[in-house]
Amino acid sequence: MASNYLEKKGKRDRIKNTMKAIIKPKKGLASLDFKELWSYRELFYFFAWRDIKLRYKQTMFGVTWAIMRPFITMIVFTVVFGKLAAVPSDNIPYPIFVYAGLLLWNIFSNSLSHASQSLVENANVIRKVYLPKVIIPAASVIVTLVDFFFAALVFIGIIVYYGFIPNLQGLLFLPLCLVITIFSSLGLGWFFAALNVRFRDVRYALPFFIQLLIFVTPVIYPASIVPKAYQWMLSLNPMTGAIETFKASFLGTSAINWESLGISVVVSIVFLIFGLWYFLKTEKNFSDII
Amino acid sequence: MSIIKVENLSKKYTILHRRDGGRHYLTLRDELTNLIFGRRSTKEDVWVLKNMSFQIEPGEIVGIIGPNGAGKTTLLKVLTKITSPTEGRAIINGRVGSLLEVGTGFHPELTGRENIYLNGAILGMKKKEIEKKFNQIVDFAGIEKFLDTPAKRYSSGMFVRLAFSVAAHLEPDVLLVDEVLAVGDAEFQKKSLGRMKEITENAQRTILFVSHNMDAVRSLCDRVILIDKGRIKYIGDVKEGIDKYLSNQKHSSMTRKEYSIKPESVGQVRSIELKDQSNHSCNNFQADERAIVEVCFEVRQDINGYEFEICLFKNNSPIWLSSDSDFNYFTSIKKEKGIYKKQIELPINLLKPGNYAIGARIGVRDQVPIDSQFNDVLNFNLILSDKKLLNTTLHPDRLGLLAVLKEWKDIKNG
Repeated sequence: MASNYLEKKGKRDRIKNTMKAIIKPKKGLASLDFKELWSYRELFYFFAWRDIKLRYKQTMFGVTWAIMRPFITMIVFTVVFGKLAAVPSDNIPYPIFVYAGLLLWNIFSNSLSHASQSLVENANVIRKVYLPKVIIPAASVIVTLVDFFFAALVFIGIIVYYGFIPNLQGLLFLPLCLVITIFSSLGLGWFFAALNVRFRDVRYALPFFIQLLIFVTPVIYPASIVPKAYQWMLSLNPMTGAIETFKASFLGTSAINWESLGISVVVSIVFLIFGLWYFLKTEKNFSDII
Repeated sequence: MSIIKVENLSKKYTILHRRDGGRHYLTLRDELTNLIFGRRSTKEDVWVLKNMSFQIEPGEIVGIIGPNGAGKTTLLKVLTKITSPTEGRAIINGRVGSLLEVGTGFHPELTGRENIYLNGAILGMKKKEIEKKFNQIVDFAGIEKFLDTPAKRYSSGMFVRLAFSVAAHLEPDVLLVDEVLAVGDAEFQKKSLGRMKEITENAQRTILFVSHNMDAVRSLCDRVILIDKGRIKYIGDVKEGIDKYLSNQKHSSMTRKEYSIKPESVGQVRSIELKDQSNHSCNNFQADERAIVEVCFEVRQDINGYEFEICLFKNNSPIWLSSDSDFNYFTSIKKEKGIYKKQIELPINLLKPGNYAIGARIGVRDQVPIDSQFNDVLNFNLILSDKKLLNTTLHPDRLGLLAVLKEWKDIKNG
């Protein structure tokens, strides 16, 4: 009886010990606690689910928006750059060319702007509840993948409309292109989200920055029109590698530029790590200054 | 083994005094111009918590009381890891749940059902746990019919009931609660108190409970911690702690209370002032005088629908609430951006002499959660001028709240 009691008590103590929390001053870089992150996976899911729900709440409007935005952008770009400015498009119909670029570009730009706003938008949660804050910008990226899905349906429509025959094996490269896109937008997103908590004018500067960025990304023009000597500079923008590789592999615009792709992979990983590093460095003050 | 052990916990905030004074957020632009022109903003350190040490045993309910700005909420924020301490440490042996606000993360566009899941997850419940308790939560809030209605269509009462209900079904080892009972109507407050009692009696749950409601503290807590200016003034017996706190509170003699500007809130109370019948500031009233409250509030954007309330307190218990929608409940009240003033007379002729407090709050439609609670009040005294009446039930030490003298009639027995 007695030993039984002790055994039970021992068990209870063990459970308690696993829950023991020591709260003490945080200095320097907050460490990334993977065990904790794993235990918050449901909250991550709920945040993503909320964003998707809110975006597609009025179903008609939500889906229409996800479809119309890239479609109308494609039409405007086709008229202005494809027809009026006669920008070359690697010998394929300009609408297909530009839409392929926009597919990935929109993931990048929307993820970046959602993620950088996400902390400020969830300020009341951050002030009142403890949670690993890195999940907030990360969850806000998920909704852009749903947008991507709808935009991709339109892409199929455009391809069929033009009777264009894509290289289906090229789709094998799509996951890699998506990973580059998400890594770089999430990395920058973490960085700007943290900066946005401290400096509230970041939100006004960032859309402008994103708008300009599209011009140093081969979305509306092919990378091939950039002089060879400067192409490496273009490759420093990780979206160059992602978009060019997707176009080359799926649309067969050219051979895959492995060098450019390699640079993009490396740069996107650098962005991801840098963004996370800056985020963790500044995180401990968020709830006080947000 | 203590479930919470706090050792020399201190928290410092650094306040920047900038040349432009009134602005609230740093901007990158200012920072850069300051860098270029070599301007320096001066800094000041404020210790909101200083050398706090205490221990809490499993199953205890401890009330944390003290004036506004004493550091009560900051203490809870440190214990929940929302913010980190500057010095010292705290050890908690168990799963911590916190309730610093009801309805954290509630979204007005989402339905009641969706908000239950979202809010539950934010408060740290697992999806399975929420599913298991879903019906209980809905029952407790009494909103079955509106489960699939967006929360923006809820009345503020329904909203608070649902929010509290989710929170009340949290089952951590340690629950940290901040002033959440200040919301909701009296009946719901009673229900919530009952629920909190139930929680603690059934399970070995430890609760740290911040409140200005002394009745709630008295009926719930085993011990109190009295905090003032970031330091512990008293730990121990509930009654003694409350007495100490209330006697400190009475010394203030303000006739007007100004609130700091919160630019992020759409509607906000800016000041409360007490006046006598000749429009002079006053905070000592005779029972036969008129006492008028003047409230100034600001609306920062055009709104269509809001509710404005004042509440009269005695010993931190609400005794009278008046809403400016009492006479036009069904009309939606549009208000343009601007600063407004309202006056109302207090029914002091009904009250016994003593110390009272008045608070005001505003709730704007579609702006949830309502963050302005009656937690920063203006105190005043009611004096009995006619000393003869002190021999009646009007004497402040006798039981009862109302100063209404009624005559007794003898009736024949049998």
